[in-house]
Amino acid sequence: MNYWPLLGVAVIIVGFALRFNPVPVVVTAALTSGLLAGFHVPALLALLGKSFVSSRMLLIFVLTLPAIGLLEHAGLREHAQRWMARLQGMTLARLLIGYLLLRQLLAMLGLTGVAGPAQTVRPLLAPMSEAAAEKILPELTDDDRDQLRAVAAATDNVGRFFGEDVFVAVGGVLLIQAFYTQHGIELTPLSIALWALPTAIAAFVIQSVRIWLYQRRLQRRAAYDQDTSAS
Amino acid sequence: MLRIEYAYWLIAAFLLYTGLRNLRERRGWHAAFWLVLGTLFGAGDYILAQQAAGHALPSEFAGAGVITLALLAPRLHRTPHVETDTSERRLQSAIRLGHRLFVPALLIPLVTLLVAVLGAHLFIAGHAVFTAPQMTLTGLALACIVALFAASRVARTPWHAGVAEGRRLLDAIGWAALLPLLLASLGEVFTQSGVGTAIAALAGTFLPTGSALACLLTFALGMVLFTVIMGNAFAAFPVMMAGIGLPLLIQQHGAHPAILGSMGMLCGYCGTLLTPMAADFNLVPAALLELRNPYGVIRAQVWSALMIFATNVVLMWLFVFR
Repeated sequence: MNYWPLLGVAVIIVGFALRFNPVPVVVTAALTSGLLAGFHVPALLALLGKSFVSSRMLLIFVLTLPAIGLLEHAGLREHAQRWMARLQGMTLARLLIGYLLLRQLLAMLGLTGVAGPAQTVRPLLAPMSEAAAEKILPELTDDDRDQLRAVAAATDNVGRFFGEDVFVAVGGVLLIQAFYTQHGIELTPLSIALWALPTAIAAFVIQSVRIWLYQRRLQRRAAYDQDTSAS
Repeated sequence: MLRIEYAYWLIAAFLLYTGLRNLRERRGWHAAFWLVLGTLFGAGDYILAQQAAGHALPSEFAGAGVITLALLAPRLHRTPHVETDTSERRLQSAIRLGHRLFVPALLIPLVTLLVAVLGAHLFIAGHAVFTAPQMTLTGLALACIVALFAASRVARTPWHAGVAEGRRLLDAIGWAALLPLLLASLGEVFTQSGVGTAIAALAGTFLPTGSALACLLTFALGMVLFTVIMGNAFAAFPVMMAGIGLPLLIQQHGAHPAILGSMGMLCGYCGTLLTPMAADFNLVPAALLELRNPYGVIRAQVWSALMIFATNVVLMWLFVFR
C-alpha cells in the first residue's frame, strides 16, 4: 500500500487552516497526490484538464447573473423587502420554514435545479428574510445581515440535501444501487430511496427548530432594546 | 436539438466577455483569468472528443490552463460589487414596477421546472427538442435567457445592460466561482491516486471488528470525515462501503444493505454541510450573498449538520440490524 498520496490531503488541511487562497491550495494538493502516486507530468496534466472540463456543469449558475443583475438594477431586492414588510402575519420563521418545506418537496420530486443560491436565495429569499427580520428588529447591524443571509443559504442547502435522496432517479440513489450491483447485491432504487425519508423528516424538524430559535433570539433582543430605551 | 453543450458555449461567451471588459478597464490579471477560463469552456467539447479519440495533447494543455488559473487566482483582489446606481433610484424603480419585477425572477425556476417535467415529451418534426443528458441544466440555461429578455421588457432596459450587470456580479464572486470545478478535479485525482483506499486501509488497522456498534460508528464518522476531505459524499461512499460497510457491517454483522446505503450516504451529506471543499454549496453562496466571512454559510450550518448526523446515526443503529 502506497501511503504517500495522503500528503495531498495534508496540503489541503494546512492550506485551508492557514487561510491561503484555496485555488492554488487545491491545485497543489492535486499535483502532490498525483506525483506521489507515480503519475508522469503529462499524464497528470491530462487527468487534471480532462476532469476539469468534464465538470463544466458546475459553473452553470453564472448564466443566472445577467437576468438577476438587471432585475436588481431595476429594484427587485427593494421590492421584495417592501412587499415582505407589508405582508401581515408573514414572520421570518414562517418564511424560512415555508421555503425549507418547498425546497425539500421539490428535491424529493427530483427538481434540485429549480431553486438554489443564485436562482432563488440571492434575488428573493435573502432580501425577504432581511425585511422580515427588520419587522422584529428595525435596526439590523451588518453582522445581523450577514448572518441572516447565511441562515437563508443554509436553509436552502439543508432542504436540498435531505430531500433529494428520497427521489429514486437521483445520482445518490443510483450510485448506491450501482455499488451493490457491482458487488452482487440486487436492490430496487425505491427500497433505497424510502430509507432516506426518516432522516429527511428529522432534518426538516431540526432546521425548523433552529430557525424558530433564531427568530426568538432576535425578538428577545428587540424586547431588551425596548426595555432599555423605555427606562 | 438543444444540448447542454450550447449552455457551455454560452457560459464561455459570458466569461470571455467578462475578460474583455476587464481588459478594457486595464485590469490585466482579472482579464487573463476570465479569458483563460472562457477558453477552457469554449474548447471543452474539443478537448473531451480528442481525449476520447486517444489524443491527450489538448487535455494536457487544459491541465496547464488549470495551473495558470491557480497562479492567477491570488492576484484577483475581491472587489465588492459596486452599485452602479443610487439606492434612491432603485427604490423609485421598485415602486413603479411593483410585482412585475417578480415575474422574470420566477421564470427562472418555472421554465426550469417545465423543461425538467415535460422536456422528454417535446418533439419538433420527430426530433427531441431537449437531448436527455443534463436536461434540467439545459432547461436552467434556457430559463436564464428567457428571464433576461423578460427582465429587459419589464424594466425597459436593453438586455445587454443585464449582461454588463451580470459581469459585475461575476467579478464580485471572482475566483470562488472556479472552486467547484477544481474540487471536482481534485476528487478525480485523489481517486486515481488511491487516496481513498489508503485511508480505508489505515482505518481498518485500528478498528475493533468484533463490535457492530464500533464498526457502525467508524463507518458513519468515516463518511463524514471523508466527505469533509473530498468535498463530496459520492466520492466517500464507494471507499467507505468497500472498506467497512460491505465486508464488516453487511457480511459479518448482517446489516440491511438498503438501509445502510441510504443512511450512510446521508451521513456524507452532513459532512457536505461542514466543509469548504464543497465549494458550490458553501463558499460560492457566501460570495454570491457578499458575506464578509467566506465561511459564514458553514458557520450557520454547523449545528444543523451535527444534530442531523446524530439523529441519523441513532436511526441507523435502530434499523440497520433488524
